[in-house]
Amino acid sequence: MLMRPYAGWTPAWREMERLRREMNRLFSTWPRQASGATASGYPAMNVWTDEDNAVVTAELPGVVLDDIDITVEDDVLTLRGSRKPDEVEGATYHRQERRYGSFLRTFRLPFRVDAEKVEASFAKGVLRIALPRAAEDKPRKITVRAA
Amino acid sequence: MTEETALEIQDTEKREVAETGAERTRDRLAFVPRADVYETDEGITVVADMPGVDENCVDITLEQNVLTINGYVELEQPEGLNLAYAEYQVGDYQRAFTLSDQIDRDGIEAVVKDGVLRLYLPKVTEAQRRKISIKAG
Repeated sequence: MLMRPYAGWTPAWREMERLRREMNRLFSTWPRQASGATASGYPAMNVWTDEDNAVVTAELPGVVLDDIDITVEDDVLTLRGSRKPDEVEGATYHRQERRYGSFLRTFRLPFRVDAEKVEASFAKGVLRIALPRAAEDKPRKITVRAA
Repeated sequence: MTEETALEIQDTEKREVAETGAERTRDRLAFVPRADVYETDEGITVVADMPGVDENCVDITLEQNVLTINGYVELEQPEGLNLAYAEYQVGDYQRAFTLSDQIDRDGIEAVVKDGVLRLYLPKVTEAQRRKISIKAG
């Protein structure tokens, strides 16, 4: 356990504290981080799962729901869409950091999905797709009878 | 686990707020929202991508000529599911801009829609600047 310094925070302690928090965060909530910036396309996705469900979330600020096209085939989720730029006339841009244009992303899920039951919602610029596992893909329990 | 083709939009990694001097009181990640800033004769518009933020959890202050934007995001985790694969992290947003022009504070308008903050800061007009209010004696 860390000992509390008695004379307030020194820069070294602060740095230790920051490191500790960072480590805690990495180990507690981040089971698998995509390796570096190059690994992911747009949009970045988080995938939550249990035995029979997967939930995929993606941050798509400023995208209109009508411009998002979601398709599922077996275990492959495809996300297609675009973000339109603001129409501004006669303005001088000081900063232009936001990205526009089209995107396409395919993602292989850990199981086959029942495409009929896929539900998507979009709120606050965050897309959330619930993908239930297909019944035929679920593992079957085989009962062994005594002969 | 993934195959992807990025078309026009790439390089969208979130940038974390660098810790300088004052520490944040919330034990949560903070990101610098990507922003567009443009100016017309009438005013300045700031557009910032802040997914996860709605009109109830954004704070905007203009003090002296420093505009500060804070967005607070609640972590929403699908119940009973475990995070199996993560490409982005969720956190608050924080960014400050120094404005050069005089801004008409009463005319500032802010709208949040689909995770995008749009802030319009009208400039003080020439007429307003010259006007000297005279009180009845």
